[in-house]
Amino acid sequence: MELVIDRWLHVLAGITWIGLLYYFNLVQAVALPKAKADNTAAGITKHIAPLALLWFRWAALATWLSGAYYLERSGIGLGNAFLLKGAAAPIGIGAWLGTIMLFNVWVLIWPNQKKVLGIVPADDATKAKGARVAFLASRTNTMLSIPMLFFMVAGPHGGHLF
Amino acid sequence: MKNPLDSIWGTIISGLVLTAILFVFVANFLVK
Repeated sequence: MELVIDRWLHVLAGITWIGLLYYFNLVQAVALPKAKADNTAAGITKHIAPLALLWFRWAALATWLSGAYYLERSGIGLGNAFLLKGAAAPIGIGAWLGTIMLFNVWVLIWPNQKKVLGIVPADDATKAKGARVAFLASRTNTMLSIPMLFFMVAGPHGGHLF
Repeated sequence: MKNPLDSIWGTIISGLVLTAILFVFVANFLVK
């Protein structure tokens, strides 16, 4: 029962994280330049983006922690997964991709978005550079989410593809 | 060369290509 609840939390947190990631990439990044052009961007940058980033970064951490707990307690083994050993290799690839994505969220996206959104002070050049770094890290995560989700569902606990 | 991550479709296609590469790698070299 403990593992079912953990898997359940992992999927709930994962949907929150990746759902917001897709919102940022498919909706906000496309709409923001248009909103800036007609001076309606403040609603997004002041009210929506900070709240979306709050849920986004904590859901990312919750997803990783619940996933790591599952790997360790389910008998797969956290070490076996990250060392890509035998049957643990497919989920291990997913775990590695998820770990890189978590790094991108906390080290590249969030610190730079704080500058872009004015949560911490920054000059215009720093904001522009930060916006580019955060954008590319977010797009990288969107790209990585595609194989990450494939390997999450393709392991022995899923579709028996391997 | 344009960065594929600058467009949504470039990002999605890159993700699908990476999935295929990793699949071949895992199926042939890691899971026997």
